Amino acid sequence: MARADLKLDATEARIATLDLPKGGTWITAARSDALARLRAMGLPARRDEYWRYTRPETLTQADAPAAALFDSKEPQVFDTVDRLRIVFVDGVFDAAASDDLTLAGVEIERLETAAQADIHWAKDLYGVLETRGQTPVDRPLAALNSAYATDGVLIRVTGHAPKPISLIYTHKSEASDAILHHVVRLEKGAEMTLLENGPAAARFNKVLEVEVADGARFHHIRAQGRDHERRAATHIFARLGAESQFKSFTLTVNGVLTRNEAVIEMTGDDAVAHIAGAAMGDGAFHHDDTVFVTHDALRCESRQVYKKVLRNGAVGVFQGKILVKEGAQKTDGYQISQSLLLDGDSQFLAKPELEIYADDVACSHGSTSGAIDMDALYYLRSRGVPKKDATDLLVLSFLAEAVEEIEDEDLRDEIVSRLTGWLARRGG
Amino acid sequence: MLTINNLHVKLEAEDKVILKGVDLVIEPGTVHAIMGPNGSGKSTLSYVLSGRDGYEVTDGSATLDGADILEMEPEERAAAGLFLAFQYPVEIPGVGNMTFLRTAVNAQRKARGQEEMSAADFLKVIREKAKTLQIDADMLKRPVNVGFSGGEKKRNEILQMAMLEPKMCILDETDSGLDVDAMKLVSDGVNALRDAGRSFLVITHYQRLLDHIKPDVVHIMADGRIIKSGGPELALEVEQNGYADLLAAAEAV
Ligand SMILES: Nc1ncnc2c1ncn2[C@@H]1O[C@H](COP(=O)(O)OP(=O)(O)OP(=O)(O)O)[C@@H](O)[C@H]1O
Ligand SMILES: [Mg+2]
Repeated sequence: MARADLKLDATEARIATLDLPKGGTWITAARSDALARLRAMGLPARRDEYWRYTRPETLTQADAPAAALFDSKEPQVFDTVDRLRIVFVDGVFDAAASDDLTLAGVEIERLETAAQADIHWAKDLYGVLETRGQTPVDRPLAALNSAYATDGVLIRVTGHAPKPISLIYTHKSEASDAILHHVVRLEKGAEMTLLENGPAAARFNKVLEVEVADGARFHHIRAQGRDHERRAATHIFARLGAESQFKSFTLTVNGVLTRNEAVIEMTGDDAVAHIAGAAMGDGAFHHDDTVFVTHDALRCESRQVYKKVLRNGAVGVFQGKILVKEGAQKTDGYQISQSLLLDGDSQFLAKPELEIYADDVACSHGSTSGAIDMDALYYLRSRGVPKKDATDLLVLSFLAEAVEEIEDEDLRDEIVSRLTGWLARRGG
Repeated sequence: MLTINNLHVKLEAEDKVILKGVDLVIEPGTVHAIMGPNGSGKSTLSYVLSGRDGYEVTDGSATLDGADILEMEPEERAAAGLFLAFQYPVEIPGVGNMTFLRTAVNAQRKARGQEEMSAADFLKVIREKAKTLQIDADMLKRPVNVGFSGGEKKRNEILQMAMLEPKMCILDETDSGLDVDAMKLVSDGVNALRDAGRSFLVITHYQRLLDHIKPDVVHIMADGRIIKSGGPELALEVEQNGYADLLAAAEAV
């Protein structure tokens, strides 16, 4: 059988195990469109251009591979932060564990509730930004998500959110397979911070669509759960208006497989998009960041900063692209992806890409892979810093450029304390 | 007291012998200088004493107050009181100078069973010492040595020495790259640290530094050995005549 047919068969086999959720007119249309998109492109397979470094099988197979629950002794990340908490347990909204969904200047609604209506503001975004992100690169897992997501939150921000909205994902069942879809719309001049943390499920498929209107600011800080065996395929689709700002940071420690895709489209002049990630893996850890930033307006600035620390056979992948469309003059694009390999068993695979159709732009990209700097290590030790502490200090300094993308000092400290905790739990 | 006895060192990676029997005793409270042609092994001696990788001691010993330092990890040597001001200080991007120093000070205190220094105390002390070395607040905040000028790096080494208060200080060409005023500044910094319990081993090519930091003993190193030792006048002799006569005399023995 031809490869394309095999792919479509695999897709139909997966679809057969899922039920399209029931809902009102707007969502039913969005879901059936998404299903049509998925059927047309088929689920990812190994030979697909953007799946060469990450095996998709466990993300596409019918059942989620079981993932042991992880009992972390430490308090959860962001616990000390004043925030509005929205809890999902294995992908199901937990009203009892969540705060009231009310916050000044913000409308928050569960997808499940909104889906019962026949019309909804989210109609213009749900599956819409995802669809825009399907060209020129297929993202079938995101289409699957738009078709089958059972829950999520729809957030509309009209003012300045007085505190962060925090999505907390707990994993309680070893075989859970969660699909969540969130939509965030920041109206003109609005501002909010979205936090996400936790492992969510044995397997997690998540889409976050974000529209940042003119002059609005969106801050996003995420800490993916520490469960060693969990798998996640996540997508962020963002569209930025004039003079808007989008800042997203992701911390990933542990997790057997993580694929984080981000598709950012800058459609208004003078917009700023920064996306960063710090990942630390030890042993069975495969972490893939696949990023696509499109400049389609004047004087926009984008930064991609990805750092990975890998040991004991951990694998890191970075596929990052900056596309500057015709007329997107004065674009300032920056991309860096680096890995620190703590031993010879670990691996970093990088595919940086630039595609530029405007003549007055400044774009730079770099990708490196290296070991701990032995001279620096010796220098620190010669000043009395023990080897383990000196190594940890160098690891933190390696990650600093990514972590510094978090603007809020308290949230940054929170992330740094997670990093130091992870390092402290490991031997030299 | 630092006692080096018949020290032989070769490179680990290749069969190249660099130190060929170094003998040196440095009493507490004294300043010793080592001069010698390029490539004679001066930096190697300082690296081997501070514990850098890549060297193999094939014979001889080195003790600090009776303890065998060659068996220790670099950090243990530091905690035992040994300090090396590097000929080429290392740049460490991403680690703030201040964080670096505080980590080092507290690590050494911890190793010696002392209490850690509070952030406030540390700040007070470092500000004062930085000021006398004309190191501004900006340099303290910046990543260790990154983008520092040659002279700034050397002053930063002396600041570290002043903060760590070691008992055996080795200065490897701390004068190179310093302008006249900076040389005075650095020398004053070193002289301020001189006391009865602290010793110095000053590696230099130039007599000028020794005008500021007056040595008790001057050694000449050539081809991995100390070929002659004497008083401060030996440095003057080198300054005037170079090494040719000294080398010839050593050959003749
Ligand atoms: N890692 C190394 N690999 C190869 N050769 C080395 C290494 N380390 C030292 N050497 C050699 O050992 C010899 C002594 O070097 P060292 O740096 O100790 O000299 P030095 O006396 O400090 O010289 P200078 O006055 O130029 O600083 C030189 O010939 C040098 O090339
Ligand atoms: Mg030297």
